[in-house]
Amino acid sequence: MNFTETLLPGVGVRYDATTRAGVALSIVLDREGGAEVATYLREDPDAVDRCFRFSPHEAAAIAEILGGTRVGTRVADLSKEVPGLCSGRFTIAPGSRYDGRRLGDTKARTRTGCSLVAIVRGDTVLAAPGPHEALHGGDIVVAIGSELGLEDLGVILGMTPEEDAFPVPAPQGR
Amino acid sequence: MKAPELVFLELGVIFIGVSLLGIIARRFGLSPIPLYLLAGLFFGQGGFLPVTASGSFVTVAAEIGVLLLLLALGLQFSPEELSASLARHRPSGVVDLALNAIPGLVIGLALRWPWPAIVALAGLTWISSSGIIAQLLGDLGRTANRETPAILSVLVLEDLAMAVYLPVLLVVLSRGGFVQALVGVSMAVGAVTMALITATRASYRVGRVLSHTQDEQVMLRVLGVTLLVAAATQSLGASAAVGAFLVGIAIPEDLAERARAILGPQRDLFAAIFFVSFGLSTDPRQLVPLLAPASALALLSIATKIATGWYAAARDGVAPRGRLRAGLTLVPRGEFSVVIAGIAVAGGYPEVGLLATAYVLILAVVGPILARYSDSIAGRLRLGAAPGHR
Repeated sequence: MNFTETLLPGVGVRYDATTRAGVALSIVLDREGGAEVATYLREDPDAVDRCFRFSPHEAAAIAEILGGTRVGTRVADLSKEVPGLCSGRFTIAPGSRYDGRRLGDTKARTRTGCSLVAIVRGDTVLAAPGPHEALHGGDIVVAIGSELGLEDLGVILGMTPEEDAFPVPAPQGR
Repeated sequence: MKAPELVFLELGVIFIGVSLLGIIARRFGLSPIPLYLLAGLFFGQGGFLPVTASGSFVTVAAEIGVLLLLLALGLQFSPEELSASLARHRPSGVVDLALNAIPGLVIGLALRWPWPAIVALAGLTWISSSGIIAQLLGDLGRTANRETPAILSVLVLEDLAMAVYLPVLLVVLSRGGFVQALVGVSMAVGAVTMALITATRASYRVGRVLSHTQDEQVMLRVLGVTLLVAAATQSLGASAAVGAFLVGIAIPEDLAERARAILGPQRDLFAAIFFVSFGLSTDPRQLVPLLAPASALALLSIATKIATGWYAAARDGVAPRGRLRAGLTLVPRGEFSVVIAGIAVAGGYPEVGLLATAYVLILAVVGPILARYSDSIAGRLRLGAAPGHR
């Protein structure tokens, strides 16, 4: 689903998209954090048909249900379903080794066998981040893997810039 | 100042009167601005209950009201929104100016007014009321409508252009020559650019100087800086209002949000005093002969604003029905027409004030009504809302 973004000067930002079922949908986020979700009239596609207004508190609660919690729940469900698979959350401490580096720099999969499935940054959740995604202090990294692998990952992500535990294994010679 | 109890009595009566009028306005979905003007007419010279004791306080408070109105306006828009509007809707802004100055010019010439008064009149038919229109879009649930970005962009550009127009108006009013006007314009453009650069480049520093954990500190610092800058721009020959607007623009986004919330009540109070005081200085008996020109002015400028909205919304690919909505939504004139008229009156052209009062009284009431019934008007005109036009 692709959203187009339109600035509404003095009001906020409007995000437009059409769902797969063909419904044109707009979400207006105002500066105070409130939101408005609107659909459009069939006979006048420029005019709002139904419009739901949410207070900042309500908007945050809805975003939580649709975004953050769902990723969390999915990961939890996954680890429940597959025996031996665990999930873990690791905070990138400001000033630690990977603060400001890219996700790929952690070489998490090579070193520990764990997959990094999401980055939680403030209120936003980056699901399935690519290796080029930058990490910042305060980010929470969600990973799945074996219990031992997650333990190692915790040590790696907690390193200071000087430390270098668990060096990346050199490629095996033929 | 005369006996304090008399001052308190007058101000108390005015505030309670304004509060009652505000309730009536909300009840009928109207802007309170025309009712404030009416209250001023009622209490003013030649009115039914002339206010005399609190005059000097009201005068100063009204000046501060203008500053706070423009400060709030500057706080409303972020530099990104200004530059995005400039990039996307610059032609709409030009059309807006070209079309909507015409009614003022035509009527001003017909009344055989002197040039400075005509320039002021053209300005007050040009600028729509951001306050009334923003409220209207929310009330009518049209924030997410496709024509809304075009409407808001036109408003932003008008407000930005005001920062250049007001210094020019001041030069014209003081009967300055072409060179002086040019100097005024270039200074205004320079000041606006500087404020925008400050907002984007030095926002961190500005934010650190002005922000504080205590709301009281933020209020005092922002108000203090606003008054100082306003004093500076006024003494440079640009309007004090322009200075306040520039301070609002230069304040970085996160602090602006807080300042809007903190200064909201002060703005409401002083702006209400400004509108009432504008009515106070107007003699209702002199208003009667100007009702006909004011109506002609209103009719003409309704037509030109419809054309403006039509053009701007069409640029965004909106169908005719939505274009009419955009045009009719832009019709209300309010606070800034009164601000311009106030400057003209101070410059020695009281006739502008009289005409502006009647004009704003008409359009601040008729405008929102037209916007509300826009779709039934479009139905009568059989305007299409062709889908897939976007």
